[in-house]
Amino acid sequence: MNIPLSWLKDFIDIDLPLEELARVMTMAGLEVDEVELRGLMGPENDHHGFKFTGLSWPADKFVTAEILEVNQHPDADRLVLCQLNDGTGERTILTGAPNLFPYIGKGRLNPSVKVAYVREGAILYDGHKPGFELTKLKKTKIRGFETNSMVCSEKELGISEEHEGIIIFEADAPVGIPLADYIGDAVFVIDILPNMARNACIKGVAREVAAQLNIPMKKPQRHVKPEGKSIEGMCRIQINEPELNNRFMVGYAEGLKSQPSPAWVQRRLRAAGMRPINSIVDATNYVMLETGQPLHAFDYDTLLKRAGNQPPTIITRRAYQGEKLVTLDNIERDLDENMMLVTDQTGSLSIAGIMGGLESEIVPETTNVLLESAVWNFINIRKTASKLRLSSEAGYRNSRGVHPAIAQEACEQCLALMVEWSGGRVAPGFIDNYAKKVIDPVNRITLQDIQRVLGVEIPLEKAAELLQRLEFECTLENDGNVLKVKTPPHRLDIGEGVIGRADILEEIARLFGYDHIPTTRMEDELPPAYANKMISFEEKLKDVLVSLGLNEIITYRLTSPEREERLLGKPAPAYVRLANPISPERCVMRTNLNVCMMEIIEKNIRLSDHLEFFEVGPVFLPREGQQLPDEAYHLAIGITGKRYSESWDTHNKICMDYFDLKGIIEAVFEGLHVPNISYSPYVCDYLHPGKCAAIYSGEELLGVFGELHPAVRQKYDLLAAPILLLDLDLGKVEPLAERIYKVQSISPFPSILEDIAVVVDETVTADEVLAVIKQAGGKTLKSAELFDIFRSAQLGSGKKSLAYNLVYQSSEKTLTDKDASAIRSKIIKRLEQVLNAKLRS
Amino acid sequence: MAENELLQQMEKFQEEAIAALEKVKDESSLAQWRVMHLGKSAFISQIFTRLAEISKEDRPKIGQAANLVRNKLEAAINQRTEELKAKALAESLENEKIDVTLPGRQPHPGRLHPATQNMREILAVLSQIGFEIFRSPEVESDEYNFELLNIPAYHPARDMWDTFYTTDPNVLLRTHTSPGQIHAMHLFAPESIRVALPGMCYRYEQVSARSEIQFNQIELLAVGKNITFGDLKGTLQEFAFRMFGNNVRTRFRPSYFPFTEPSAEMDVECFLCGGKGCPMCKNSGWLEILGCGMVHPTVLRNGGYDPDVYSGYAAGMGPERITILRHYVEDIRYFWGNDIRFLEQF
Ligand SMILES: [Zn+2]
Repeated sequence: MNIPLSWLKDFIDIDLPLEELARVMTMAGLEVDEVELRGLMGPENDHHGFKFTGLSWPADKFVTAEILEVNQHPDADRLVLCQLNDGTGERTILTGAPNLFPYIGKGRLNPSVKVAYVREGAILYDGHKPGFELTKLKKTKIRGFETNSMVCSEKELGISEEHEGIIIFEADAPVGIPLADYIGDAVFVIDILPNMARNACIKGVAREVAAQLNIPMKKPQRHVKPEGKSIEGMCRIQINEPELNNRFMVGYAEGLKSQPSPAWVQRRLRAAGMRPINSIVDATNYVMLETGQPLHAFDYDTLLKRAGNQPPTIITRRAYQGEKLVTLDNIERDLDENMMLVTDQTGSLSIAGIMGGLESEIVPETTNVLLESAVWNFINIRKTASKLRLSSEAGYRNSRGVHPAIAQEACEQCLALMVEWSGGRVAPGFIDNYAKKVIDPVNRITLQDIQRVLGVEIPLEKAAELLQRLEFECTLENDGNVLKVKTPPHRLDIGEGVIGRADILEEIARLFGYDHIPTTRMEDELPPAYANKMISFEEKLKDVLVSLGLNEIITYRLTSPEREERLLGKPAPAYVRLANPISPERCVMRTNLNVCMMEIIEKNIRLSDHLEFFEVGPVFLPREGQQLPDEAYHLAIGITGKRYSESWDTHNKICMDYFDLKGIIEAVFEGLHVPNISYSPYVCDYLHPGKCAAIYSGEELLGVFGELHPAVRQKYDLLAAPILLLDLDLGKVEPLAERIYKVQSISPFPSILEDIAVVVDETVTADEVLAVIKQAGGKTLKSAELFDIFRSAQLGSGKKSLAYNLVYQSSEKTLTDKDASAIRSKIIKRLEQVLNAKLRS
Repeated sequence: MAENELLQQMEKFQEEAIAALEKVKDESSLAQWRVMHLGKSAFISQIFTRLAEISKEDRPKIGQAANLVRNKLEAAINQRTEELKAKALAESLENEKIDVTLPGRQPHPGRLHPATQNMREILAVLSQIGFEIFRSPEVESDEYNFELLNIPAYHPARDMWDTFYTTDPNVLLRTHTSPGQIHAMHLFAPESIRVALPGMCYRYEQVSARSEIQFNQIELLAVGKNITFGDLKGTLQEFAFRMFGNNVRTRFRPSYFPFTEPSAEMDVECFLCGGKGCPMCKNSGWLEILGCGMVHPTVLRNGGYDPDVYSGYAAGMGPERITILRHYVEDIRYFWGNDIRFLEQF
């Protein structure tokens, strides 16, 4: 909402610096986005917290002046020389403004033409360039004529885009005064929050500012009084849906002659963001901007004609399914039965509260106007406007709610202005169908209510004084212990009961000033704690991964089935799918973290020779019979590149492989104290069939990892190094993490180290060998680490040798060589028995 | 042999020995020198073995002189040995010298994502002042995201959120963490509540340097029997002190959220310029950090609390915005772009 300062001053006497007024508005809850200067000077320093735009007109450079005589330039058809008085004396100036051409050769003009005159050095907008570009007025020579000043167009002054001719003021405009004093203005661009719909008008904003400053409101003076024949009998109003249209009233003016509105009206409309049209239409817009009540003017003669020269009946009703109406923007609209129409007996006239129809619209020749001031159900208007994708200033207000009590005042004001600006007379009276009265809520609050919610003691007398500034009717009841608060007849945002009390408390707090409410510490007792195990587990996991040198990534949760198919080979069986995606690239919620992981690896692949990433986050899995999907938190790890980064003396080109990832995974389970994890070969579509393992805890599959499948690799832009990926379901791992675990004692006795190498069949896995060694070694065998795998012709095909470092240690005594060889023999014997292994000598 | 002649021979032997020692450059020549000049068959050692052959009256004088020579030579060789050791050490140190300006070898440090780092900092502060973490779903029902939060369908307040809807018209991507308020109330009622609701939210918007389709939010919710607007101000001020520095100034101004009343925006004195005015605070000296307010009676009721008995407050902020401000991040897309050149800087 754009609020011109000059207009605001019709309602309140204020003389605050602009930035201070912006602050007052903001503190009232009317957030000022920017202040657009239209001549007035901006604040002197920058430190005020508001954005100022637009143009200031310094008093010595921009003045009002009069043109006394206009003569053709001797050598140029399209230029004229003017005798101009700027209050300091008469001079000749040059201009090409076509709206001065009619005065050429008319001699001394009486009355003179009042203009805006700008002197050398002024900063103003360049009228010839598109948009608004600043320029400095310099001395130049045009067609042999030296000029250092000019008369201006509206565009050059920054008040509209008009540059066809210069701005010409009313004949009684003063001469030689600063232009800013005459028409200078500033426009406050305000965000109207949804609960402040009542303030989408000049009067509403004025009321809030008056309340904040505790100053009285004024009423603008309108001079026209109704006269002549009353409106009675000129039409009937029938409301079919009082729930959707609770009031419809009309007034009447006749003998109008539309013309351009007065210049000041046009300036105000433009400043408020509306285009002036003519004195009749402008009056409806002007009053809407001022009061917040949208108005609609019908050509009464058209209505009469449609009704066969009988007094027409205006009917408001739901549209019929399939009904059509051409709106005044000349677009045919398809209507449905949820949309309200204003109609007469022959058909529809307008889409209620949003836009008029083309046929009954007033035209330049209109002389008799039936003026509609009606109130609609804002939710219904909102649905209609969004369905038709139709926005208008009227629709903006009607879709946020207008109080029906404003209708009559707006109707009166508008008719008065129509006649003031277009001639004619206003018929006395209205035809009013107020089908469903709005009852303004009455609330009762106590000192305890204020204290309980706001935490400050505001006496009820003080609360009443604050609320009265916003026109609430306040009465103390019950020996002054209860304040009865009646909602003023322009507000729809105040409820009843506990909600109404909260609404009233907010108004008290707003006017009392949030800054004046003391800050306190909560006295309320601490609630019970429900520690969130999953979140602390995830945080611990992230710490372990970071300590292992991995970098966390957080990716978009939105992806597309095609993107998932690229890695997974096929889209997921079901998706959470968006109805309104911003692009087909991001139209579903992800079901697999590695899809995102691969995209990030691909993006970074040339930026480093060593990438180690992880992501912890949800995947979204729709489930049959469930409204919301499962949000399963997973861990993805993706690593690739050289194991050791290259440096000036390290040229080791070994790349990370399956076992680097497995080492990380083992360290993670160790770090999180998840015991008894086993790994076994697995088949996963996007992983190498020979380099892929499943992670189990007992029978439960926790995750899968391995090297990216060579065929899938082809679909990505990658380098030669293998890509290793893990996908782990954290929901399954978290319950396995031991928070209570036993620490092993450190033995004071020395340990004995020895190596053994055994030859087994290729089909025997390292896990099987280790299991046998550990079982046979018992508790004296402290560790068994595989340190070599060897294959040769000598061993024979289908055979391999596995070599282990064994550590024996007892917690009770120093082991002898004899003890060690006993264990060793036991281990070898078991290996021979169970795995058909042979000791390698 | 005449006594004088012998003394002269000793003096000559000493001179020659010292001269020879000066020429010794390494350990093996040093050993050779020792054999030659201090060994059993050395001239000076022979004098001692043959002292008996000397006349009784000359014996002490000769013995004394020989002793002197031997001591001098012992001292000389010890000194020479030290010199050679020091020299050898100096040489080897010189040989081991490296170019200390060569670059170090690159470790592979792990890092948390900047959003996580910041989230943790905020949640740590909130946990210090008594708020525990509570997580709720990102894919939500219309009911929890809007209806129960006092935002009915077609209400003008819905314009405040640009929403991603799913193909099920009652299911959407949450536009804020506020549905967690209702989930928490349903879990805790009728106990009092103090929770922090962190997590990813979504907004239907074109992605640009200044706007993202997904972003983290952290919300606070306190519900109890004696919770006031003053407590809201006090808690948030305490949060600002711990987060942005002790005694940083805060400012509350009226605002509107359908689920709180009264509602406010909290501004914090710009921590980049100390309130003097800079481009990040648009010269105002203030940064808009969070929206807050007293929980609306309708929301309390929907959560299972009697609004005549219970009251509460809620506050919400965007952690990425704080990271952006603190580190002058020019493009919000950096967060989920995960370019290592961005991640490595945190
Ligand atoms: Zn600043």
